Amino acid sequence: MTRSRLPVLSNLLDLSWSRVFAVFLKELVQMRRDRPTFAIMIMMPVMQLVLFGYAINTDPRHLPAVVEMREDGPLTRAFLASLTASTYIDIVAVTPRADDAETMLRSGEASFLISIPEGFERRMVRGERPQILIAADASDPVAAGGAIAGIERIAQQAFAPEFGGALSYLARAPPPYEIVVHRRYNPAGVTAFNIVPALLGVILTMTMVMITSIALTRETERGTMENLLATPVRPLEVMIGKTTPYIGVGAIQVAIVLVAAALLFRIPFTGSFLAFLVAVSLFIFANLMLGYLISTVARTQMQAMQMTFFIFLPSILLSGFMFPFRAMPGWAQAIGEALPITHFLRMVREIVLKKAGFADIIGDLWPLTLILLVLATLALLRFRRTLD
Amino acid sequence: MSDEIVIDVRGLSKTFGEVRAVDDFDLKVPRGAIYGFLGPNGSGKTTTIRMVCGLLKPDSGEGEVLGYDVLNESLSIKERVGYMTQKFSLYEDLSIRENLEFIARLYELDRRNERVDQALEDLGLAERQKQLAGKLSGGWKQRLALAACMIHEPQLLLLDEPTAGVDPKARRDFWDQIRRYSAQGVTTLVSTHYMDEAVQCDSIAYIAYGKKLLDAATAEIPKQIGLHAWRISGRPLQRAQAMLEEAPAVELVARFGAEIHACGHDAAALEGAVRRVKQAQPHVEVEPIEAGFEEIFIYLMSGSIDNVQ
Ligand SMILES: Nc1ncnc2c1ncn2[C@@H]1O[C@H](COP(=O)(O)OP(=O)(O)OP(=O)(O)O)[C@@H](O)[C@H]1O
Ligand SMILES: [Mg+2]
Repeated sequence: MTRSRLPVLSNLLDLSWSRVFAVFLKELVQMRRDRPTFAIMIMMPVMQLVLFGYAINTDPRHLPAVVEMREDGPLTRAFLASLTASTYIDIVAVTPRADDAETMLRSGEASFLISIPEGFERRMVRGERPQILIAADASDPVAAGGAIAGIERIAQQAFAPEFGGALSYLARAPPPYEIVVHRRYNPAGVTAFNIVPALLGVILTMTMVMITSIALTRETERGTMENLLATPVRPLEVMIGKTTPYIGVGAIQVAIVLVAAALLFRIPFTGSFLAFLVAVSLFIFANLMLGYLISTVARTQMQAMQMTFFIFLPSILLSGFMFPFRAMPGWAQAIGEALPITHFLRMVREIVLKKAGFADIIGDLWPLTLILLVLATLALLRFRRTLD
Repeated sequence: MSDEIVIDVRGLSKTFGEVRAVDDFDLKVPRGAIYGFLGPNGSGKTTTIRMVCGLLKPDSGEGEVLGYDVLNESLSIKERVGYMTQKFSLYEDLSIRENLEFIARLYELDRRNERVDQALEDLGLAERQKQLAGKLSGGWKQRLALAACMIHEPQLLLLDEPTAGVDPKARRDFWDQIRRYSAQGVTTLVSTHYMDEAVQCDSIAYIAYGKKLLDAATAEIPKQIGLHAWRISGRPLQRAQAMLEEAPAVELVARFGAEIHACGHDAAALEGAVRRVKQAQPHVEVEPIEAGFEEIFIYLMSGSIDNVQ
């Protein structure tokens, strides 16, 4: 019998890259043929971003606001006119009474309370930097965050033309007034900047685990496993070949989220991109292994899906995505530490928002690597070489 | 044919829950032989074949296949065996060609394109190679699966009902091919429910309820079973059939279209019973015939097994 002996690397595990390639190619073709699933994998990040982005919208419009006007003068009137003209907020009431304004904010009739104190103009002219107080209903923190930025811009634009002639000495930086923001009901103020990077973790967990969790169960269910097991293919070859195509899918999803974060939400990328790549790759691998492990346990695709959700729920609840991690009870933190997404979220927030490099994320990098290795080992051990 | 034993398994047993699917099964298949594997539905044929090629771990038993240990060297066995599953187990969402290429890659075959082209040519599917395998008709799926399990030129073919649903012409071609392989020294273990295929085999193993009940050269089997048969023809046959079924000497009454074959071990008693039918129903013709495989296996499957040997 003639047969080419092609393995590039024939190590202890007797791994043949040409067999890995065979499985990879087959999986790739199947993925491409399964149009609906493929479309969902690509559309999922777009959809989630748009859904969340609708709430996050850094450029929110028409948020109801109540203005508490304790003073009526040319400068404050110009500010009020600008506020009225702006599409950021809709002024639902102007009142001199603090109680009325407060009630409206509490009842939700208004999302903002803009308060201009007595003697504002006089003190501004004197250079005493009087305060414009903005109280925001931050129970929807993402909506509040964007609108506050909007109001600051309005104030700048409203006062600028007034600071001419005799008042030109006021046209300086910092502005001759101070905007003080009080976030009510959610003082921590989780913002869009926090959510979009976190969304990357959620999207990757969901798709990567879900897709690979059915990788083997589909073969078992369709009966193709019997043929696959009858060939000389090794478990490690199947694992590498079957999961590799989805690394590409993960990469596409990451690219979509990054581009959207930059274009739609103007999230600055401050840290090391290389560190980000390493973190995201490790995270994708860990999720693929988690899914693959599920597919070695599940007997049917339905079971695989259910197990995926079994993983997905704590990933959302206990990772710090939903609730502040440090505020959770000890046992919940322990579970959280074992989830890949927990470490990923910490790293990606550090990198994207806090200018972090490798040195800053090492504390989460090694636990994620450990999780990855444990999952991969378990998956390989679980792989059934026989039909029983 | 040499004396080399390609399949030599002893005492294979496999239990699924309560079901003893295979019970203390022995088999010796010499090189180049075409071994038929027969038995009623659920008798354990598929389970046995899976154990032989390492897809199932036997609960007990041992043996060698192609000189490799069944329990510990299944990878070496898999490289040299072509196993065709009973249920279609190629990828329905891959094209015909992609399926063959996938298998060829897994066996790391050289001249891959050439082999795949040749297989497609032999199959007569060269024109439809881009078609998805799932779109093929049942019979064509079988033929594709057969081509796929032969593409790496295995030394041993384990075929689980390879011709189920295949048309007579294609079955004939298939058996011609098996005989050509056999001449080249390739060994075949093939399960089938077709008697015309059983007679093509060199030897036959018959299994029921997981137990092997018969294992002999095909030519020896009628003698071993010692079944005598009579043909009763004519019209109508209803009454004659009822009489035969009641006669104790007639162990098997099998209807073949316009005739009945009555079989039994006691030649004299059988003849007596048939003659009585002729007396009562003078319009029927009776004549002694040789018991064929059809009768023998219907007889075996009808459960009267205690007389064997
Ligand atoms: N994976 C399994 N789990 C549980 N029981 C099984 C399994 N595979 C086979 N069996 C049982 O083992 C027995 C033998 O089955 P097997 O498939 O080997 O029969 P077979 O001779 O191939 O039948 P057929 O002619 O219908 O293909 C049956 O009772 C079957 O129900
Ligand atoms: Mg079977």
